Amino acid sequence: MKKSAAFALVTALLLGSAQAQEKVTLTVAAFPSLDSAIKAIMPAWTKLHPNVTINLQAQQFADHHNAMTTALATGQGLPDVMAIEVGYVGKFAEGQGLEDLNKAPYSAAQYKKLLTGFTVAQATSADGRFIAMPTDIGPGTFFYRKDVLDKAGVNPLSMQSSWESYITAGKKIKQKTGAYLVNTAASVNNIVIRTNLKPGEGIYFDKNNTLLVGPDNARFVRAFTLSKQVREAGLDAKIGEWTNEWYDAFKKGTVATQFSGAWLQGALQNWMAPDTKGLWRVQNLPEKGFASWGGSFYAIPSKAKNKQWAWEFIKFMTVNQQSQITAFEDNGAFPALLTAQKDKVFSEPVDFLGGQKARILWRDAATKTQPIDVNKYDSVAEQILQTELTNVLEQGKDIKQALADARAQIQRRAR
Amino acid sequence: MSQRLTAPPRARLSYTRLQQRFAPYVFISPFFLLFLIFGLFPLLFSLFLAFHLWSPLDGLGHWKFVGFENFTLALGAQDMFWKTLKNTLWIGLLSGIPQHLVALPLAFIIHQSLRRFQGAFSTVLFLPYITNAVAIAIVFATLYSERLGILNYLRGLIGLDPVRWLGDPSMVPYSVAAVVFWRFVGWNTVLYLSGLQAISEDVYEAATVDGANQVQKFWFITLPLLRPMMFYAFTLTIVGSMQLFEEPFMLLNDGGGSGGAGLTTAMHIFNTAFRDLDMGYASAMSWLLFLAIFVMSMLNNALFSRGGERQ
Repeated sequence: MKKSAAFALVTALLLGSAQAQEKVTLTVAAFPSLDSAIKAIMPAWTKLHPNVTINLQAQQFADHHNAMTTALATGQGLPDVMAIEVGYVGKFAEGQGLEDLNKAPYSAAQYKKLLTGFTVAQATSADGRFIAMPTDIGPGTFFYRKDVLDKAGVNPLSMQSSWESYITAGKKIKQKTGAYLVNTAASVNNIVIRTNLKPGEGIYFDKNNTLLVGPDNARFVRAFTLSKQVREAGLDAKIGEWTNEWYDAFKKGTVATQFSGAWLQGALQNWMAPDTKGLWRVQNLPEKGFASWGGSFYAIPSKAKNKQWAWEFIKFMTVNQQSQITAFEDNGAFPALLTAQKDKVFSEPVDFLGGQKARILWRDAATKTQPIDVNKYDSVAEQILQTELTNVLEQGKDIKQALADARAQIQRRAR
Repeated sequence: MSQRLTAPPRARLSYTRLQQRFAPYVFISPFFLLFLIFGLFPLLFSLFLAFHLWSPLDGLGHWKFVGFENFTLALGAQDMFWKTLKNTLWIGLLSGIPQHLVALPLAFIIHQSLRRFQGAFSTVLFLPYITNAVAIAIVFATLYSERLGILNYLRGLIGLDPVRWLGDPSMVPYSVAAVVFWRFVGWNTVLYLSGLQAISEDVYEAATVDGANQVQKFWFITLPLLRPMMFYAFTLTIVGSMQLFEEPFMLLNDGGGSGGAGLTTAMHIFNTAFRDLDMGYASAMSWLLFLAIFVMSMLNNALFSRGGERQ
């Protein structure tokens, strides 16, 4: 009698709690290595919200963004939470398929000041909609091989003062050690066109959609000229990024410097060149240039089923300090959340960089990085400009002519 | 009387009759349904899009009619479309012509002298054709690697400078064409082999009696009688080359390598649609590419039929 009463009580309690906490499955679509960060944070989320199961759908980088494009076009198969990489966020912002987080019930305006400034601008469309919350950022940084520079007797600070002194140092490095200055001359172009932008300017277009590329724009002329100087002095190894030669150069130290996001340290340490531990250092980009190099965002499709939980999840991933630090420790995803950047792990030395306190340097770089306006024709402009740069480097085409041709071609396509 | 008149139609509508009349259509319907959804609809939709400006991110229905703007844009003198078409034709010529120059004699030799091993040869020759493009690209990217690849290592052994197979814009078309050649030469050989098997032995025997040698047999018997198969193989090569995508995409990434020297029209269309999200322009270029393939196939057709008249 007593037993069955207890059983009845337990059953009633279980039923009651089940009714109180409705089971929810939240679909989250992401790409590597953001999926890894989500997995690392998931236990903390489950502890807090045991009734909300996360269904993580991870695909390769390009596949993920293609799938999301198709889903937004047709309004079918959309996840509740959509991860977006910085290269796509501008295009996705100009579309109409994502929730404007400025509006209620999200009212994200209160969270914007908690985040690194320039990323908020990246996720804001031309008409002022805020379509995604930033989760990680990629402060631009200047990696160099300390052993190679020491051997050549080059002071790294001298390479930082100007692009001209960077090239001069490169000549010395090549002469003394045989190592190349940079993987490809195009890298110099890519960093010069990204730095020292005026407010309201994007890389290729300004905020009024005016095309900036052309023979009269000093930024592009300088970028092309410096690239050409590097190539003519034989200072670039002529190897592309993400190739076997690139990894090999890191392992053997045949290329002395590399401009990249802070995340490159994690990649070098984990798989590209783990044996070079202690040989690398970082400093800021030449001529006090600051640039963002990568970054990820979370958005809510307008046709998502569980918008309320999607927003809870996004807040947990982006403005929860512990989540941001977990992601940073998991795979080096640099927090977009400013308070997370103040955590004590940021003042710890980085063993891979010979005990350098690099994270503080990256944090400062992130706060000094200016917002860059994005345009939906950025990818068109990028491809055309890269082709013209190759014409200059490989076929000796005149720089002004190349930039004039690039301008004409981009102008036709950007309608 | 009226009863008799209404009765037969009722009988005609019986289940058995219905089944007899409509069952065949039901049985063949899967093909037509699939064709309608995955064949005809995309075709018509892309024709529709070719006259519109549309980004898929705006969702269905948010398209803007622009008339022939997408076509005039692609046909503009400076446009990338021409450059990619030139790349495609050049890689097509570099890979297509050697394919047939090698496949035809090879098939003849196998057919004439190595008949016992024909099965084994066919299998080996066919292997590249069915190999996964990703695997091929990884293997060739390793071979072509400038500092770590075996090709430059071998060049080094005989004292030659390394070549930037996939880095030098002037080298890229040759490197891509070599992979395409490797992949399809066997397929063409197998095509020609099956064509050769259809030629009657009697003709060759008669020629032997007349004292014809191997070269004469090849030139005066095999080639003319193989014309239908050659026409077929040429057409396939033209269509395949004009639509070349997998090999350069996997070897050179979506940008088409240094300076876009390996950027084919199909890759450019893909980039325009899925990277630049300019669906209308991509659709217009698709139809222009279709037109180019159609014209070239017709030229091929004319070339073959004119040759026939001369004989």
